[in-house]
Amino acid sequence: MKDELQEVFSRHHGSRDALIPVLQDIQGKLGYLPPFAMEAAAKFCRMSPVEVYGVATFYAQFKFNPVGRNTIMICQGTACHVMGGVRVLQEVMDLLGVRPGETTPDGRFTLETVACIGACALAPALFVNKETHGRMKPEKIAEILDAAGN
Amino acid sequence: MQPAIRLGPEKQRQVLVCRGTGCESQKANHIFFNLQKEVDKAGLADSVEVKFTGCHGFCQQGPTIMVMPAGAFYCNVTPDDVAEIVETDLQKGKPVERLLFLDPRTGDRVLDYRDMRYFTPQRRIVLRNCGFINPEDIDDYLAAEGYEGIGKALRMTPQEVIDELKRSGLRGRGGAGFPTGMKWEFCNRSIADQKYIVCNADEGDPGAFMDRAVLEGDPHSVLEGMMTAGYAIGATKAYVYVRAEYPMAYERTLIAIRQAKDRGFLGDNIFGSNFSFDITVKLGAGAFVCGEETALMASIEGKRGMPNPRPPFPAVKGLFGKPTNINNVETLANVPVIMTKGSDWFASVGTEKSKGTKVFALAGKISYSGLVEVPMGTPLREIIDDIGGGIPNKRKFKAAQTGGPSGGCIPAAHFDVPMDYENLTQLGAIMGSGGLIVTDEHTCMVDMAKFFLTFTQKESCGKCVPCRLGTKKMLEILESVTKGKATIEDLDQLVELAEDVKISSLCGLGQTAPNPALSTVRYFRDEYEAHILNRECPARVCIDLMKFEVNEQKCKKCGACFSVCPTRAITWKKKEVARIDRDKCIACRSCYQVCRYHSID
Repeated sequence: MKDELQEVFSRHHGSRDALIPVLQDIQGKLGYLPPFAMEAAAKFCRMSPVEVYGVATFYAQFKFNPVGRNTIMICQGTACHVMGGVRVLQEVMDLLGVRPGETTPDGRFTLETVACIGACALAPALFVNKETHGRMKPEKIAEILDAAGN
Repeated sequence: MQPAIRLGPEKQRQVLVCRGTGCESQKANHIFFNLQKEVDKAGLADSVEVKFTGCHGFCQQGPTIMVMPAGAFYCNVTPDDVAEIVETDLQKGKPVERLLFLDPRTGDRVLDYRDMRYFTPQRRIVLRNCGFINPEDIDDYLAAEGYEGIGKALRMTPQEVIDELKRSGLRGRGGAGFPTGMKWEFCNRSIADQKYIVCNADEGDPGAFMDRAVLEGDPHSVLEGMMTAGYAIGATKAYVYVRAEYPMAYERTLIAIRQAKDRGFLGDNIFGSNFSFDITVKLGAGAFVCGEETALMASIEGKRGMPNPRPPFPAVKGLFGKPTNINNVETLANVPVIMTKGSDWFASVGTEKSKGTKVFALAGKISYSGLVEVPMGTPLREIIDDIGGGIPNKRKFKAAQTGGPSGGCIPAAHFDVPMDYENLTQLGAIMGSGGLIVTDEHTCMVDMAKFFLTFTQKESCGKCVPCRLGTKKMLEILESVTKGKATIEDLDQLVELAEDVKISSLCGLGQTAPNPALSTVRYFRDEYEAHILNRECPARVCIDLMKFEVNEQKCKKCGACFSVCPTRAITWKKKEVARIDRDKCIACRSCYQVCRYHSID
């Protein structure tokens, strides 16, 4: 893990305005931001760990727990809402037994919502990892979840 | 929409494959690679160029492909259709009829996209290159008069550039509509050793995807706009702040910057002048408030993205404490055209006070969702009925929502309103960044207001009290309305609170967050009253107010509800009225949606 952090730091200047890109790159490598990584980032950007934690928790993108092997992302944008996005979300929550931001106990799925992905013509939209499933209906969801990797 | 065909001398035809986010997520990449392969196999590589482009705009029937110069526009293309397109169209010269757009109004297939009613009323200035050029190839942009605007600007003085912009009448496309030339002039007047240009690509509200489409389809035009701004105000460094949810826009902007640097369009002494300019891309991290300019700058500086009071305005004290000019993507994409074609030409499009065009992201209950660009002042009716193909399923238009969580709605009574800044403000809606969500009688306006407020409440950064607590309290009232637990006094309190939050919040997020509630109360007070007084949701959206009972008078005994019920809560026999067992019912509304006789309450 140390090497991975060093690799990230080698691509940036150690200053405050590099903090967010540094955290993004760390999350890209590790999948989330463990405390030791935030402390290392603090040292690198010459800030206190508390400040780093404050910045990281402000932005929705940063995660502080390991994520599941598959990420289910459900668009909750306006177009998706008008077209029934809430029902899609409800169905996924019922099937997986988790709420947005949580991971199933077996580590297979993490459920996320997003404000708008911009695929409004495909509303309501659901994403399994990077694959898009447009014009979703609650009854199609069980099949899509089954097809996702273990 | 004007054709913008630029064929190389040796190629006779071009196949343009849309690879914007909408089409790409439906396998446009496979279509593109298949096409290249098939064209090679057919020995057509010398005469046919296969090119991928940004958004064609007709997202509803994507993936879409255009064959130029004939203008054949193929919709809903799958990777398996490629062989037929190559054989029939490219080899035999006949269009593939079954994939052409079918106009439901005439029942005919349309041979040339220039005759499609979706495109004919459009006027493309911002999207002039979107869908025609390869966004990852600077030569394509150069062939489309790219970087000629900045070349011309560099032969003028900065003040002349500002005057040209002022004469054009261009106003900020991010929402408020502040005159761009004046903004540049303020920043020009500030004296400092360093000034900055920032391109705000984090402004789009949910449901507005034009900024993303411009960066994905024509990133160089935004860079050129930024360079022109930099020259005009005396800035040498610039940032593009792209939101995290737009990975493709981020990638393509990076590629465009690299190519521009390689050609010497960015860097020191551009075109042999004294002007030097450098652009960095910053990726947002998922905070809506960062679309607000002072919060955006805090985020670039590596801080929590919280807004700061203005004044001082960014033009005086902005990024890293230096004078900064912030413009939106769409605004900047207009600049190169104004420079090449002149301010008089630009000012000839649009209305008296709103010049040029506006890009709208059309979505919701509409036949053709997509990206449309029309002259300012185009009536709403034309955008929805002619371009958008009207409301599907023979339902009625109820309202159009503009400006997302900061905006309001335009009810059916104002269906003919010419869309410009002044008219929309007067109606209590705003231009915003151009999201246009269409609703029909099955959309509950209370639910809509609740949806937006849930969003703004969640995204409120918490710095100022009116926004942090006011939005929460407003949301609580709206929730109680949708549950049938509110009183008519609550409604008055909602309006009073909304007015307070509007005038006392620190930044644009809080100042505009009450708009959806105020606007829906203004135009759809009867719907609020139905929820409160009759415990009824007229659109049958608010689940807590639904009874899930079959109206025996209205039921036509067709059994449609019986067959869709996922929990077998409905009992029905031929020629008998259906019944719903409330113990088994999970309130999924499937029966309600399938019933054509509105007999489920």
